[in-house]
Amino acid sequence: MSATVSVTVNGTKYDVQDVEPRLLLSDFLRDMLGLTGTHVGCEHGVCGACTVLVNGDSVRSCLMLAIQANGAEITTVEGLGTPETLNVLQAQFREHHGLQCGFCTPGMLMTGEDLLRKYPLATDDEIREGLSGNLCRCTGYQNIVAAIRAAAGKRAETVP
Amino acid sequence: MKPAKFDYVAPTTVDAAVEALRAANGEGKVLAGGQSLLPLLNFRMTRPAVLVDLNGIRELSFIELRGDRVAIGALTRHREIEQSPLIASKLPVMAAAMRHVAHLAIRNRGTIGGSLSHADPAAELPMLSLLYSASLSVQGPSGRRTIAAEDFFVDALTNCLEPEDIVVEIEFPILQQNGWAFEEVARRFGDFALASIAVSVRRGASTIKDARVAVMGVADTPLRLKEVEGQLRGIAIDDQMPDRFSELVTSSVSANGDLHASAEYRQHLLGQLARRAMQTALAAESDRR
Ligand SMILES: Cc1cc2nc3c(=O)[nH]c(=O)nc-3n(C[C@H](O)[C@H](O)[C@H](O)COP(=O)(O)OP(=O)(O)OC[C@H]3O[C@@H](n4cnc5c(N)ncnc54)[C@H](O)[C@@H]3O)c2cc1C
Ligand code: FES
Ligand code: FES
Repeated sequence: MSATVSVTVNGTKYDVQDVEPRLLLSDFLRDMLGLTGTHVGCEHGVCGACTVLVNGDSVRSCLMLAIQANGAEITTVEGLGTPETLNVLQAQFREHHGLQCGFCTPGMLMTGEDLLRKYPLATDDEIREGLSGNLCRCTGYQNIVAAIRAAAGKRAETVP
Repeated sequence: MKPAKFDYVAPTTVDAAVEALRAANGEGKVLAGGQSLLPLLNFRMTRPAVLVDLNGIRELSFIELRGDRVAIGALTRHREIEQSPLIASKLPVMAAAMRHVAHLAIRNRGTIGGSLSHADPAAELPMLSLLYSASLSVQGPSGRRTIAAEDFFVDALTNCLEPEDIVVEIEFPILQQNGWAFEEVARRFGDFALASIAVSVRRGASTIKDARVAVMGVADTPLRLKEVEGQLRGIAIDDQMPDRFSELVTSSVSANGDLHASAEYRQHLLGQLARRAMQTALAAESDRR
C-alpha cells in the first residue's frame, strides 16, 4: 500500500509518489525532499527538534504521517530566511547568541514563530512556558529567551 | 521507517470509520491527533494492521452550547478548546487547565477524544471529565450509546471501549458554582502532572453548599472524591477550612509512586495543592491569582 503525497513546502510544490503510509513527515522532509534542516532527536514528541509549521501551526513532524500532510502548506526552517537575509527571529538568535551546536535551533525557531503569532509573550515566564516543549543541551536557554523577547519587541514593526 | 507496516484508511464519515474498524477484525486502531499513538507506533509498542484516520471527518470537530451543557466533538483540538470563548465562560476550570496540556505544537494536533481514549492517569481532560460528570457519546457497529465518564476509565491507559468503537462527542454539564480552582505540579511546564486537583464549590454566606473534587497523577485513573464532597457539604467557611480540606483529601487517597516521583512525594504534593486550590476557590473573583 502506498500513496501520492502532494505538498507545498516553503512555497515549492512537490508531488511524491509511492509514499508508504508509515513514513513520518520528518523522514519525508529529510529523506525524500532533502530538507535536512528539520532535525530529529527523540521521535516521540519530547525534544521539539523536528517542529515545522503545517498550514501555519507548529507541529511535531515526527508525530505526523507524511500522507496526512497531503494537500498541506508546510514551512520548515529553510523557508524562514537565507544566510544573507535572515528573518526577524533568526536575526535575533544571531544577535543574542541563541544557539551553540545548533541541533535544537530549527525546532526553537519554528516554535518561536508560532509563539510570536499566538501569544503576547509579555513576560519571560510566558516565553519559557511556550518553549517548555523544546530541549536544548547547550545554551541553558537564557539566550534563546532573550532572542525571542527581542523578536517579540520587534513584532509590531515587522511581521515575518 | 519506524512504525511497523499498516494499511491506512481516511474515511470522511463516522459510519465509514466504524465500518473500517469492523472490517479490521480487532486489528484496527483509530488515529486522531496522533500525539500519543504515534510515539507508540514509532517504538513499535503497538502494531495495528489498519489505521483509521479520523482527521477527514469534519462533523467530529465542534464546540457547541446545548442548554445547560457544552458539547465538544471528539476531534476538537486542545488548542481550539484553549482558545474558545465559550469554554472560557461556561467551563472555566477546563479553560484554566488547557495550557497545562502538553506544549503548543502538541496542542495544535492533540484532540479531546484522543486524550480521553488514551486514558493517561495524569492527563488533564480525563480528570475534568470526572469533575464535570461528562458523558461520552460512542458509536459502534450496533449504533450510538452514552457512557458516563465515571464508567469510562478502567485502568491506566485503558478505557471501556470495544475495538470497533469511536468516541464521537462529549457533553459537559455546566456547573453551578461560585468558586473553583485548578492546580498542578509537573517537573517541566506542560509535562504530565505529578499531582493535580480540580475543585468546584457552591458556597452560601458562611458554609459550603456543594462541592466537587477530582484528582489525578496519584492513582491508575483520575479520581472523583465523592466521599470528600460529602464531608464538605454544610461545612463552615473559615481560615482553617483549606487545611481541613487538605487533610480530607490526603486521608481519602493513597498515592502511587513510580520512577518520576515517590508515593510520599506525590501524597505531599496533593496535600499542598488541595490547600492552595481551596484557598483560590474561596477567594473572591477579584483576588484570584
Ligand atoms: C511530549 C508530550 C507531552 C504531553 N503532555 C501531556 C500533558 O501534560 N497532558 C495531557 O493531557 N496530554 C499530554 N500529552 C498527550 C496529548 O494530549 C495527546 O494529544 C492526547 O493524549 C491524545 O490525543 P490524540 O488526539 O493525539 O490521540 P491519538 O494519539 O491519535 O490516539 C490516542 C489513543 O486514543 C485512541 N483514540 C483517539 N481518538 C479516538 C476516538 N475518537 N475514539 C476512540 N478512540 C480514539 C487511539 O486509537 C489511540 O489508542 C503529551 C504528549 C506528548 C507527546
Ligand atoms: S524528534 Fe520530534 S519531538 Fe523529538
Ligand atoms: S544549541 Fe545545542 S542543543 Fe541547543
